[in-house]
Amino acid sequence: MSVVTLALSKGRIFAETLPLLARSGVVPAEDPESSRKLVIGTNRADIRLAIVRATDTPTYVQHGAADLGIAGKDVLLEHGGAGLYQPLDLGIARCRLCVAVRAGFDYARATRPGARLAVATKYVASAREFFSGKGVHVDLIKLYGSMELAPLLGLADAIVDLVSSGGTLRANHLVEVEEIMPISARLIVNPASLKTKQALLDPLIQAFRPLSA
Amino acid sequence: MPRWLLPEAIEDILPDDAAALEVLRGRLLERFRTHGYQLVIPPLLEYVESLFKGSGRDMDVRTLRLVDPISGRMMGLRADITPQVARIDAHLLNRVGVARLCYCASVAHALPADFNSTREPIQLGAELYGHAGIEADQEIIALLAESLQAVGVAIARIDLGHVGIFSALTDAARIGPEASEDLFDALQGKDGPTLRTLVRDIGEPCRSAFVTLLDCYGGPEVIDRARARLPELPGIAAALDDLGRIASALADHAMGIDLADLRGYHYHTGVVFAAYVTGLAQAIALGGRYDDIGRLFGRSRPATGFSLDLRTLTRIVPAEPRRGTIVAPWKDEHACAPSLDKVIEQLRARGEIVIRPLPGEEIRAEEVGGDRRLVLRDGAWRVEP
Repeated sequence: MSVVTLALSKGRIFAETLPLLARSGVVPAEDPESSRKLVIGTNRADIRLAIVRATDTPTYVQHGAADLGIAGKDVLLEHGGAGLYQPLDLGIARCRLCVAVRAGFDYARATRPGARLAVATKYVASAREFFSGKGVHVDLIKLYGSMELAPLLGLADAIVDLVSSGGTLRANHLVEVEEIMPISARLIVNPASLKTKQALLDPLIQAFRPLSA
Repeated sequence: MPRWLLPEAIEDILPDDAAALEVLRGRLLERFRTHGYQLVIPPLLEYVESLFKGSGRDMDVRTLRLVDPISGRMMGLRADITPQVARIDAHLLNRVGVARLCYCASVAHALPADFNSTREPIQLGAELYGHAGIEADQEIIALLAESLQAVGVAIARIDLGHVGIFSALTDAARIGPEASEDLFDALQGKDGPTLRTLVRDIGEPCRSAFVTLLDCYGGPEVIDRARARLPELPGIAAALDDLGRIASALADHAMGIDLADLRGYHYHTGVVFAAYVTGLAQAIALGGRYDDIGRLFGRSRPATGFSLDLRTLTRIVPAEPRRGTIVAPWKDEHACAPSLDKVIEQLRARGEIVIRPLPGEEIRAEEVGGDRRLVLRDGAWRVEP
């Protein structure tokens, strides 16, 4: 029997995907927050969930190890999206990709033509494209987490990071100075899976559809 | 850096795989030969102008270049053999009638074509020149399907598309080449959100038509659905008719339709197709019609064909049991027995592998695949386990 594997990350994406899965009557057998299992069955024998790190979701789907995945647009932009179908914006896990600086930093002055800005970020591709669009010369510093620290310790002038409530920025005396783009999670599909398992995948894709734009 | 490190996405093919690959190459080319497809061997290097003819930006970035010390002009390592074969047909063979050609050789890609592709695919393909009808497309698709089946590959689906539908819409909506590329990419990735943004300023009925294309995939019934939902442009009606006729003519194979899938390179002009097998994350073979390339080489010729990467195919074809090696003695010391040389020659003529240990050589059966020995028993040479 053919089995469909849906790759997604723990936390917000998993929590906000549950209601979408429920529309097609799919209920996970376990909660990944309490279980340590990485492959989670569902009430349907032909559908299973793979719990992956958010940045790895496109990789699993691209290689066909998972047929479907749910990944933030931030992750897809960094990944490039080659070899993936991205049929739907699910409108879940919403946040913004922003530029933030230390309170009191003169961002307008620092981004004048000819200026040079040190930017720390996990989203190197998106940051490079954004600042090159503005015509600002940037030195990009790749970090893997806790970006808020970089301006505080003088590692960078600004950070490019995801912001949802802004609480972490405020707690670290940072202010959002520019929004790069709104972010939400997308459904991604392996092209060959869509062709070879269409009967199984179509109902799932349809169930994800109504909430999207 | 260690001296044995190969560049990224470049690799050797070791004996077992090389043997399997060679068997496949022989069986496929022999099949093509019996269907009238003649083998050509285009050069590894050409001037970049002829390599790029009509093949769009993806081939441009994928080509490795070097300067020709003789002419001082820029040469490229071929990244795709199809334009070379089109050049041979249009400019060298100059046949009046249909030309059927095939080829198998390495190509070099500066960047891998796909995320887990090699940078040195072994491109094997067949091309048919000089017939504009869908019968030529059918012949090529059937040749692909039957050849893959003959080497033991179960095709899950062959998807048909038609570049004419996309061109009819971009023409009707007067969309420029750059915006067309963006639409093409969004369709290719079935990227609904991006496509909806791109078509925002396009007038109806084309705006809805582009979005409709996203859902036009599935079995042959998609053609009727598309006919009902797409605008009545002559280009679209003709393309859908072509697809319908090809799908029913080839109904013995698992034919599918995907109107948003304009696979392959940018030189395609009509029917395009992609063959999928279960367990492979990309299409195993791609092909389609490219009627314009010949004109760039001085003679316009209808053209259709397909190609695949023999390395990928070798990985998915079920391995045939390897033939064991017979270990024979080094020297014939038994004057009364039938000549050892003659016996070995007869065995080899039957396709057996026979090796004779060199003086001082200790045969390791597991290294040479030895599973039998040639021994003298009761005055006769016998093959024994």
